[in-house]
Amino acid sequence: MALDNIFGIAGSALNAQTARMNATASNLANASAVAGSDATAFRAKRVTFKTIMEQQSNSPEINKGGVKVAGITDDPKPISRMSDPGNPAADKDGYVYLANVNEMTEMVEMMAAARSYQNNVEVVNTARQLTLRTLDIIKN
Amino acid sequence: MNFIDRAFSLNEKSLNVRAQRMEVLSRNIANADTPHFKAQDIDFKSIMKTASEGAVVTTNVNHLTEAPDQTSDGLKYRIPYNVSFDGNTVELPVEQAKFGQYAADYQTTLSILENRISGIRKALRGD
Repeated sequence: MALDNIFGIAGSALNAQTARMNATASNLANASAVAGSDATAFRAKRVTFKTIMEQQSNSPEINKGGVKVAGITDDPKPISRMSDPGNPAADKDGYVYLANVNEMTEMVEMMAAARSYQNNVEVVNTARQLTLRTLDIIKN
Repeated sequence: MNFIDRAFSLNEKSLNVRAQRMEVLSRNIANADTPHFKAQDIDFKSIMKTASEGAVVTTNVNHLTEAPDQTSDGLKYRIPYNVSFDGNTVELPVEQAKFGQYAADYQTTLSILENRISGIRKALRGD
């Protein structure tokens, strides 16, 4: 039944948006982390989504058309460095390398993920109400 | 086909299509942030047209009574009002409005079906 599939589809979206919010939380937590070299500096994590096209091996057709996390990539924005010779993490020239996290971008990303999450919760609620009403059809 | 089947068949089909349409919309909403995703919708009118005209009139006992299964599922791509630069054509306000509308449509069909059932039940009880 089509209404049953909605739960799987919206559920997959809830999952994906949670992953996105997790990445944002991690970015914000590491926003002021410094490192001793360009290679080890923290780079903001970006989650990209992909539609579930094929049947999942562990479940029947239920999630088809839903969404899954395609991958988590590092933000390619360049790492900036700052002279801070007193910092124990500084390299031999006295520079520390800052995380390429922009707090404003992350807050916006967090709000976008939360809104998408709420949307899908509403979808689940509506599907649930309609299913219950359908079950009640022979009652009166 | 007996009279009970006839009384419910079109409503049943309609309920099914409406549920499918809700599924398609939930797919759109789930993929609101997926790059290159193209929003879809079901053309309810064309499906119901084939459903109501699909009942074959038989003049001979050897004629087939059931219309052959529809190969087209009525799925069509939505034309977005604005273009987004990641190739996604889901516009959340549009999808939300449609989702609400389709949920109401579903409940309407459900109410009609409920009325029919209670009518038939009344007739069977005879009270």
